[in-house]
Amino acid sequence: MRIAVIDPGSGNLASVKRALERVIGETGVAAEVAVTTDAAEVRAADRVVLPGQGAFAACRRGLDALPGMVDALTDSVMGQKKPFLGICVGMQLMAERGLEHGVTPGLGWIAGEIAPMDPRDEAGVELPLPQMGWNALVLDQPAHPLLAGLAPGAHAYFVHSYALAGGKPAELLASARYGGTVPAIIGRDNIAGTQFHVEKSSLVGLRILANFLRWDP
Amino acid sequence: MLALRVIPCLDVKDGRVVKGVNFLELRDAGDPVEQARIYDREGADEITFLDITASHEGRDTMLDVVSRTAAQVFIPLTVGGGVRAVEDMRRLLLAGADKVSVNSAFVTDPALVTRGAEAFGSQAIVVAIDARSSGEGTWEVFTHGGRRGTGIDAIEWIREAERRGAGEILLTSMDRDGTRQGFDLGLLRAARAAVRLPIVASGGVGAVEHFVEGAKAGATGLLAASVFHYGQMRIAEAKAALEQAGLPIRPMAEAA
Repeated sequence: MRIAVIDPGSGNLASVKRALERVIGETGVAAEVAVTTDAAEVRAADRVVLPGQGAFAACRRGLDALPGMVDALTDSVMGQKKPFLGICVGMQLMAERGLEHGVTPGLGWIAGEIAPMDPRDEAGVELPLPQMGWNALVLDQPAHPLLAGLAPGAHAYFVHSYALAGGKPAELLASARYGGTVPAIIGRDNIAGTQFHVEKSSLVGLRILANFLRWDP
Repeated sequence: MLALRVIPCLDVKDGRVVKGVNFLELRDAGDPVEQARIYDREGADEITFLDITASHEGRDTMLDVVSRTAAQVFIPLTVGGGVRAVEDMRRLLLAGADKVSVNSAFVTDPALVTRGAEAFGSQAIVVAIDARSSGEGTWEVFTHGGRRGTGIDAIEWIREAERRGAGEILLTSMDRDGTRQGFDLGLLRAARAAVRLPIVASGGVGAVEHFVEGAKAGATGLLAASVFHYGQMRIAEAKAALEQAGLPIRPMAEAA
């Protein structure tokens, strides 16, 4: 199995690669991970991972700057239905648009837009922003294969100031509570995305990656 | 609920942990990679490395330490010490750090934080501020390991860090550092009131109750070095104290 990790030019992809390789070693799944900027690699891959850090607009620009990448991604994921995992801003790019530094179109695979957060406690007092740290997952669709083996309340590592708003309940697989509901894992059919850093979420994150390797949507 | 973060810090010089103590389970107390793995297994929510190396060769050694740690420890890793340019940040982030912290350079070149945030995102940029009490309810920024006063008001400086694009503040009380008398709670409350950024409290932990006090004063991350390093307290004990106080934690069972 070939897993393409797309490098939109925005961050530390070594961690995503290392986490996938660790999981490959543990599960015994025969797979190779390639971090790539090459659309042909994505077309040749069996599974596609899109990480992303920083701002939505910058990630989208980074993706658009790779020749043929958006077409290869769309053909592979929407056409051929290859399993796809977006991570952090990579997950956000699945939405219809992002509102960080102006309005930027997303891939439009998932309903909703990426809007600024304004979390507050019950008394209306502002909670820290970005949401930075480990938050408990509410498993909205516990039977989804990506959530196999996760206990309700398992913690994942979040760092973000923008979140999916206006999504469809049917596409919300898991969420967190931070002054309201924060979409944590979204997906439908062969696509999924985690707002949190699955590669930095210790055993919980590694389990989700292992589930992704075995996922047969 | 977002869990409070318990963050052990390791001082590293020329690729070796400073002031190492041989725990039974450690083959080599001076190896930061092995020490980080132990902390990870014990339930640390993040690891912070503070590089106190002076030489360039030592800095390359640090990149190797970061890279080897990131290959084995799947929790966030922050690295600080000697970060003076966007290129320093890039090297550390590419080696596997998730966040870099800027301390003295934020005083000499505040725009560095903006450039770093533009290049890598605010989430990757921590501003570390060393503060010393300068009167009733006021604190002054110090640099160079707390030796050099700057005349800058620490609370104003925290606001400046937020304006400049930092994603987090690492706030160390130089008055409390090494005293084991607990965090400077007045400083934490003043910082919490000044900005919306997450604040990591540092300096002064000597007992588990200090973590609870720091959290109640508004810190969302609680950093300690020597108490963990010398084995006077285990990470699990700090978390148990937080939990008993009704504060949210990430349980040990989810750690590697």
